[in-house]
Amino acid sequence: MDPAIVDRTFAPVGPYVVSAAKVAEFATATQWRGAGVPPTFPILLLNDAMLAFLADVGASLERIVHGEQRFAYQRPIVVGDELTATLRVASLRALGGADVIGTVSTITDASGQVVCEAKATLVHSGATEEGAA
Amino acid sequence: MSAETPFEPQRFTLTRADLVRYAGASGDFNPIHWSDRVAGAVGLPGVIAHGMLTLGLVGSAIAAWTGDAEVVELGAKFTAPVVVPDDDGGVVVEVAATKVSSDNGLMTIAMEVRCGDAKVLGMPKATVRA
Repeated sequence: MDPAIVDRTFAPVGPYVVSAAKVAEFATATQWRGAGVPPTFPILLLNDAMLAFLADVGASLERIVHGEQRFAYQRPIVVGDELTATLRVASLRALGGADVIGTVSTITDASGQVVCEAKATLVHSGATEEGAA
Repeated sequence: MSAETPFEPQRFTLTRADLVRYAGASGDFNPIHWSDRVAGAVGLPGVIAHGMLTLGLVGSAIAAWTGDAEVVELGAKFTAPVVVPDDDGGVVVEVAATKVSSDNGLMTIAMEVRCGDAKVLGMPKATVRA
Protein backbone atom coordinates (compact mmCIF):
# COMPACT_ATOMS: atom_id res chain seq x y z
CA MET A 1 0.00 0.00 0.00
CA ASP A 2 1.22 3.47 -0.90
CA PRO A 3 2.80 5.16 2.14
CA ALA A 4 1.33 8.44 0.85
CA ILE A 5 -2.03 7.44 2.37
CA VAL A 6 -0.67 8.19 5.83
CA ASP A 7 -2.21 11.41 7.17
CA ARG A 8 -4.69 11.49 4.31
CA THR A 9 -8.26 12.37 5.25
CA PHE A 10 -10.97 10.75 3.14
CA ALA A 11 -14.35 12.11 2.07
CA PRO A 12 -16.87 12.35 4.93
CA VAL A 13 -19.68 9.80 5.15
CA GLY A 14 -23.12 11.03 6.16
CA PRO A 15 -25.07 12.74 7.50
CA TYR A 16 -26.61 9.67 9.09
CA VAL A 17 -29.79 10.31 11.08
CA VAL A 18 -30.03 8.12 14.20
CA SER A 19 -33.56 6.70 14.36
CA ALA A 20 -35.27 4.97 17.27
CA ALA A 21 -36.14 2.04 15.01
CA LYS A 22 -32.53 1.44 13.92
CA VAL A 23 -31.28 1.77 17.49
CA ALA A 24 -33.88 -0.80 18.62
CA GLU A 25 -32.85 -3.19 15.84
CA PHE A 26 -29.16 -2.80 16.71
CA ALA A 27 -29.88 -3.18 20.44
CA THR A 28 -31.71 -6.47 19.83
CA ALA A 29 -28.89 -7.74 17.63
CA THR A 30 -26.26 -7.03 20.30
CA GLN A 31 -28.38 -8.40 23.18
CA TRP A 32 -28.24 -4.94 24.71
CA ARG A 33 -28.97 -4.88 28.43
CA GLY A 34 -29.23 -1.12 28.82
CA ALA A 35 -31.27 1.89 27.76
CA GLY A 36 -30.09 4.49 25.27
CA VAL A 37 -27.86 3.91 22.25
CA PRO A 38 -25.34 1.02 22.42
CA PRO A 39 -21.74 2.30 22.38
CA THR A 40 -20.84 0.23 19.31
CA PHE A 41 -23.76 1.71 17.30
CA PRO A 42 -21.53 4.06 15.21
CA ILE A 43 -20.04 0.99 13.50
CA LEU A 44 -22.90 1.58 11.03
CA LEU A 45 -21.19 4.76 9.84
CA LEU A 46 -17.70 3.43 10.33
CA ASN A 47 -18.41 0.50 7.99
CA ASP A 48 -19.44 2.97 5.29
CA ALA A 49 -16.39 5.16 5.93
CA MET A 50 -14.13 2.11 5.74
CA LEU A 51 -15.72 0.86 2.49
CA ALA A 52 -15.32 4.31 0.93
CA PHE A 53 -11.68 4.41 2.03
CA LEU A 54 -10.96 0.93 0.65
CA ALA A 55 -12.61 1.80 -2.68
CA ASP A 56 -10.60 5.04 -2.85
CA VAL A 57 -7.25 3.28 -2.38
CA GLY A 58 -8.20 0.28 -4.54
CA ALA A 59 -8.13 -2.31 -1.76
CA SER A 60 -10.64 -5.13 -1.50
CA LEU A 61 -12.82 -5.95 1.50
CA GLU A 62 -12.09 -9.67 1.12
CA ARG A 63 -8.47 -9.04 2.07
CA ILE A 64 -9.23 -6.92 5.13
CA VAL A 65 -9.31 -8.25 8.68
CA HIS A 66 -10.56 -6.02 11.48
CA GLY A 67 -7.77 -6.18 14.06
CA GLU A 68 -8.82 -3.70 16.70
CA GLN A 69 -11.58 -1.20 17.42
CA ARG A 70 -11.72 1.53 20.04
CA PHE A 71 -14.30 4.24 20.74
CA ALA A 72 -13.67 7.41 22.74
CA TYR A 73 -16.81 9.43 23.42
CA GLN A 74 -17.22 13.14 24.11
CA ARG A 75 -20.93 12.61 24.70
CA PRO A 76 -23.42 9.75 24.21
CA ILE A 77 -25.21 9.40 20.89
CA VAL A 78 -28.95 10.09 21.10
CA VAL A 79 -31.88 9.43 18.77
CA GLY A 80 -32.20 12.32 16.34
CA ASP A 81 -28.46 12.94 16.04
CA GLU A 82 -27.22 13.66 12.51
CA LEU A 83 -23.79 12.09 12.42
CA THR A 84 -20.94 12.39 9.94
CA ALA A 85 -17.82 10.20 9.96
CA THR A 86 -14.50 11.37 8.56
CA LEU A 87 -11.74 8.78 8.27
CA ARG A 88 -8.05 9.59 8.41
CA VAL A 89 -5.19 7.12 7.98
CA ALA A 90 -2.99 7.60 11.03
CA SER A 91 -0.38 4.91 10.49
CA LEU A 92 0.81 2.23 8.09
CA ARG A 93 3.28 -0.55 8.72
CA ALA A 94 4.24 -3.78 7.00
CA LEU A 95 3.88 -7.02 8.90
CA GLY A 96 4.82 -10.29 7.23
CA GLY A 97 3.49 -9.39 3.78
CA ALA A 98 0.44 -7.59 5.12
CA ASP A 99 -0.23 -3.89 5.61
CA VAL A 100 -1.40 -2.87 9.05
CA ILE A 101 -3.45 0.30 8.63
CA GLY A 102 -4.32 2.46 11.61
CA THR A 103 -7.39 4.61 10.98
CA VAL A 104 -9.02 7.31 13.07
CA SER A 105 -12.59 8.25 12.26
CA THR A 106 -14.02 11.39 13.79
CA ILE A 107 -17.77 11.38 14.26
CA THR A 108 -19.36 14.80 14.44
CA ASP A 109 -22.92 16.01 14.96
CA ALA A 110 -25.00 18.48 12.94
CA SER A 111 -23.31 21.42 14.68
CA GLY A 112 -19.85 20.07 13.86
CA GLN A 113 -19.08 19.10 17.45
CA VAL A 114 -17.10 15.91 17.95
CA VAL A 115 -19.24 13.14 19.43
CA CYS A 116 -16.83 10.23 19.19
CA GLU A 117 -13.41 9.32 17.92
CA ALA A 118 -13.15 5.74 16.66
CA LYS A 119 -9.82 4.04 16.06
CA ALA A 120 -9.68 0.92 13.91
CA THR A 121 -6.77 -1.26 12.92
CA LEU A 122 -7.27 -2.91 9.54
CA VAL A 123 -4.97 -5.66 8.33
CA HIS A 124 -4.77 -5.82 4.55
CA SER A 125 -3.20 -9.07 3.33
CA GLY A 126 -1.43 -9.77 0.06
CA ALA A 127 1.75 -8.40 -1.43
CA THR A 128 0.29 -6.83 -4.57
CA GLU A 129 -2.46 -4.32 -4.98
CA GLU A 130 -3.01 -4.98 -8.67
CA GLY A 131 -5.16 -8.01 -7.94
CA ALA A 132 -7.53 -6.09 -5.70
CA ALA A 133 -10.95 -5.46 -7.20
CA MET B 1 -10.91 -16.55 36.73
CA SER B 2 -10.40 -15.71 40.36
CA ALA B 3 -10.30 -11.92 40.23
CA GLU B 4 -12.33 -10.08 42.84
CA THR B 5 -14.67 -7.59 41.24
CA PRO B 6 -18.22 -6.54 42.11
CA PHE B 7 -19.49 -7.79 38.75
CA GLU B 8 -20.88 -11.22 37.91
CA PRO B 9 -19.78 -12.63 34.54
CA GLN B 10 -22.33 -12.02 31.80
CA ARG B 11 -23.11 -14.84 29.36
CA PHE B 12 -24.48 -14.45 25.85
CA THR B 13 -25.52 -17.24 23.50
CA LEU B 14 -24.82 -16.78 19.79
CA THR B 15 -26.47 -18.92 17.12
CA ARG B 16 -26.35 -18.59 13.34
CA ALA B 17 -29.63 -16.68 13.54
CA ASP B 18 -27.93 -14.12 15.80
CA LEU B 19 -25.18 -13.63 13.21
CA VAL B 20 -27.75 -13.06 10.47
CA ARG B 21 -29.60 -10.60 12.72
CA TYR B 22 -26.39 -8.70 13.46
CA ALA B 23 -25.43 -8.65 9.77
CA GLY B 24 -28.74 -6.97 8.96
CA ALA B 25 -28.60 -4.56 11.89
CA SER B 26 -24.98 -3.50 11.27
CA GLY B 27 -24.83 -3.67 7.48
CA ASP B 28 -21.81 -5.99 7.63
CA PHE B 29 -22.67 -8.75 5.17
CA ASN B 30 -19.20 -10.28 4.88
CA PRO B 31 -20.01 -13.92 3.96
CA ILE B 32 -17.49 -15.35 6.46
CA HIS B 33 -20.24 -14.57 9.00
CA TRP B 34 -22.94 -16.67 7.30
CA SER B 35 -21.45 -18.96 4.61
CA ASP B 36 -19.55 -22.15 5.52
CA ARG B 37 -18.30 -22.30 1.95
CA VAL B 38 -16.68 -18.85 2.06
CA ALA B 39 -15.43 -19.24 5.64
CA GLY B 40 -13.74 -22.52 4.68
CA ALA B 41 -12.26 -21.03 1.51
CA VAL B 42 -10.43 -18.34 3.50
CA GLY B 43 -9.09 -20.86 5.98
CA LEU B 44 -11.43 -20.35 8.90
CA PRO B 45 -12.58 -23.35 10.97
CA GLY B 46 -16.19 -22.37 10.25
CA VAL B 47 -18.57 -19.44 10.17
CA ILE B 48 -17.44 -16.86 12.75
CA ALA B 49 -19.18 -14.09 14.64
CA HIS B 50 -18.48 -10.49 13.67
CA GLY B 51 -15.78 -9.11 15.97
CA MET B 52 -17.98 -6.06 16.42
CA LEU B 53 -20.83 -8.30 17.58
CA THR B 54 -18.59 -9.69 20.31
CA LEU B 55 -17.57 -6.14 21.25
CA GLY B 56 -21.28 -5.25 21.24
CA LEU B 57 -21.87 -8.00 23.82
CA VAL B 58 -19.10 -6.44 25.91
CA GLY B 59 -20.97 -3.13 25.72
CA SER B 60 -24.08 -4.93 26.88
CA ALA B 61 -22.25 -6.46 29.85
CA ILE B 62 -20.95 -3.02 30.82
CA ALA B 63 -24.51 -1.62 30.72
CA ALA B 64 -25.78 -4.49 32.87
CA TRP B 65 -22.99 -4.07 35.44
CA THR B 66 -23.07 -0.31 35.73
CA GLY B 67 -26.79 0.33 35.49
CA ASP B 68 -26.39 1.90 32.07
CA ALA B 69 -23.58 4.28 32.95
CA GLU B 70 -22.33 6.62 30.22
CA VAL B 71 -19.58 4.89 28.24
CA VAL B 72 -16.59 7.14 27.68
CA GLU B 73 -14.25 4.56 26.17
CA LEU B 74 -14.68 1.04 24.86
CA GLY B 75 -12.32 -1.09 22.84
CA ALA B 76 -10.54 -4.37 22.21
CA LYS B 77 -8.37 -6.29 19.80
CA PHE B 78 -9.98 -9.11 17.84
CA THR B 79 -7.54 -11.89 18.61
CA ALA B 80 -9.37 -15.20 18.07
CA PRO B 81 -12.49 -16.14 16.12
CA VAL B 82 -15.80 -17.05 17.75
CA VAL B 83 -16.85 -20.06 15.67
CA VAL B 84 -20.63 -20.47 15.59
CA PRO B 85 -21.90 -23.95 14.60
CA ASP B 86 -24.97 -24.53 12.44
CA ASP B 87 -27.06 -26.02 15.23
CA ASP B 88 -29.78 -24.93 17.65
CA GLY B 89 -27.49 -24.47 20.67
CA GLY B 90 -24.88 -22.09 19.31
CA VAL B 91 -21.97 -21.00 21.48
CA VAL B 92 -21.68 -19.05 24.72
CA VAL B 93 -19.56 -15.91 24.97
CA GLU B 94 -18.69 -15.02 28.56
CA VAL B 95 -17.67 -11.51 29.57
CA ALA B 96 -15.93 -11.36 32.94
CA ALA B 97 -14.59 -8.27 34.70
CA THR B 98 -11.02 -8.83 35.90
CA LYS B 99 -10.10 -5.43 37.33
CA VAL B 100 -12.15 -2.41 38.28
CA SER B 101 -10.60 0.90 39.23
CA SER B 102 -12.10 4.32 39.87
CA ASP B 103 -10.45 7.67 39.41
CA ASN B 104 -11.74 11.20 39.08
CA GLY B 105 -15.37 10.21 38.47
CA LEU B 106 -14.47 7.56 35.94
CA MET B 107 -14.57 3.79 36.38
CA THR B 108 -12.31 1.62 34.25
CA ILE B 109 -13.20 -2.03 33.77
CA ALA B 110 -10.70 -4.51 32.37
CA MET B 111 -12.20 -7.76 31.19
CA GLU B 112 -11.62 -11.22 29.89
CA VAL B 113 -13.89 -12.40 27.07
CA ARG B 114 -13.99 -16.12 26.40
CA CYS B 115 -15.71 -18.57 24.13
CA GLY B 116 -15.10 -21.98 25.63
CA ASP B 117 -11.42 -22.13 26.58
CA ALA B 118 -10.33 -19.45 24.13
CA LYS B 119 -9.82 -15.79 24.93
CA VAL B 120 -11.40 -14.12 21.92
CA LEU B 121 -10.61 -10.44 22.62
CA GLY B 122 -7.30 -8.81 23.44
CA MET B 123 -7.23 -6.22 26.20
CA PRO B 124 -10.98 -5.54 26.27
CA LYS B 125 -11.43 -2.42 28.35
CA ALA B 126 -14.12 0.14 29.06
CA THR B 127 -14.28 3.43 30.92
CA VAL B 128 -17.61 4.75 32.16
CA ARG B 129 -18.71 7.85 34.05
CA ALA B 130 -19.28 6.51 37.54
